[in-house]
Amino acid sequence: MEKDVEIKCVVWDLDNTIWQGVLMEGSNVSLMPEINEIIKTLDSRGILQAIASKNDYELAIEKLRELGLEEYFIYPEIHWDAKSFSIANIQKNINIGMNTILFVDDQEFELEEVQTAHPEVTCIHAKEYKKLLDNPRLNPRFITVDSARRRKMYQDDYIRKQAEKEYKGPSNAFLATLNMKFTISEAGEEDLKRAEELTVRTNQLNATGVTYSYEELNVIRKSSQHKLLVCELEDKYGTYGKIGLALIHMLEDHWKLEMMLMSCRVVSRGVGTVLLSYIMKEAKKQNKYLLADFRDTGRNRMMNVSFRFAGFQEKFSDGQGTYVLENNLENIQEYPDYIELYIK
Amino acid sequence: MEFKNEIREFIGENLLIDDENVTFTDDDNYFQMGFVNSLFAMKLVDFVEQKFDFEIENDELDIKNFSTINNLVELIQKKLKNK
Repeated sequence: MEKDVEIKCVVWDLDNTIWQGVLMEGSNVSLMPEINEIIKTLDSRGILQAIASKNDYELAIEKLRELGLEEYFIYPEIHWDAKSFSIANIQKNINIGMNTILFVDDQEFELEEVQTAHPEVTCIHAKEYKKLLDNPRLNPRFITVDSARRRKMYQDDYIRKQAEKEYKGPSNAFLATLNMKFTISEAGEEDLKRAEELTVRTNQLNATGVTYSYEELNVIRKSSQHKLLVCELEDKYGTYGKIGLALIHMLEDHWKLEMMLMSCRVVSRGVGTVLLSYIMKEAKKQNKYLLADFRDTGRNRMMNVSFRFAGFQEKFSDGQGTYVLENNLENIQEYPDYIELYIK
Repeated sequence: MEFKNEIREFIGENLLIDDENVTFTDDDNYFQMGFVNSLFAMKLVDFVEQKFDFEIENDELDIKNFSTINNLVELIQKKLKNK
């Protein structure tokens, strides 16, 4: 089953993988046939690409620039350390699961070294590169606006992180400098592809791990008993896109939060808690009590902790990781000052 | 109680508080003072689990156990005793 997980990032070696020849042995390297098109196609599908190469950083980046490919890669790891270390850095920087990374290299030694350190990474020999575009795990079902601009959003993120590093004050003051605008709105039909994508891609802050198809979401969206909310975040560096989702089942005397998720890219922005506060306030306004579904997926403990710290308590457990939580709505955290909230 | 200071320090460094000059005692509810987001919550749980080498169970993930330094210290002592 793990083998079917969508690949979110392809990590490329350079010498004899992206280009023919070894850069340090002279600069006469040339791109592998069709590689240009492969890289650009993956990019347009919303698949991130990074580099793990044992090379001289300046030379390699200069060469990529010359070949017109530099902008397609995020978090390049170009140095002489082990590639397993490079992959670990890339994984940490992008904040995705190891099982969503695919690594391409022409050297058996490197493939094995990475595979041993990170058994969940998919390792592929460079001679197979022409087959990449047909790999089902590199073919997401939908290409959404957010997937097409995903690389750009990560590049904006990189700039944000640099700014955050340089900012010496407390992080709340830093967050205030971002001028964040957080919008919660009821999902329209145009949001559903992205909504489906979010249910597939989100792990850490995902209450149930249940994936929903476009068709299912469309039925839910039209149901008068359900409310499907989408969240969007932007700041002075650009938009993060649609990054959060909540599904509320509205019943006679209570609301049930049947699904809630928030993209890992915005986890340090506090917007998951804002969404939760908003739902709690709305339920309270309508005089309903609030239940929430939670299913332990092994990767979503952060969501569990968020629920519990927001005052949710266990009402039911099947003993196998599925819970119904209840909130008495007595303590609802106020929205932070550093975010402007828009309800549409 | 040497670990109490480490907990104070951790919370001071990670909590988002608007006013830099704000101070709090071991009985103040810091959940009501700063904005506690998911990342802080997770970091705090991770920090305590790794530092003391035990796992915090679902029924202990109650906000009451974490909302003041004294409550958290009490939880840690209880768990260390039962280890």
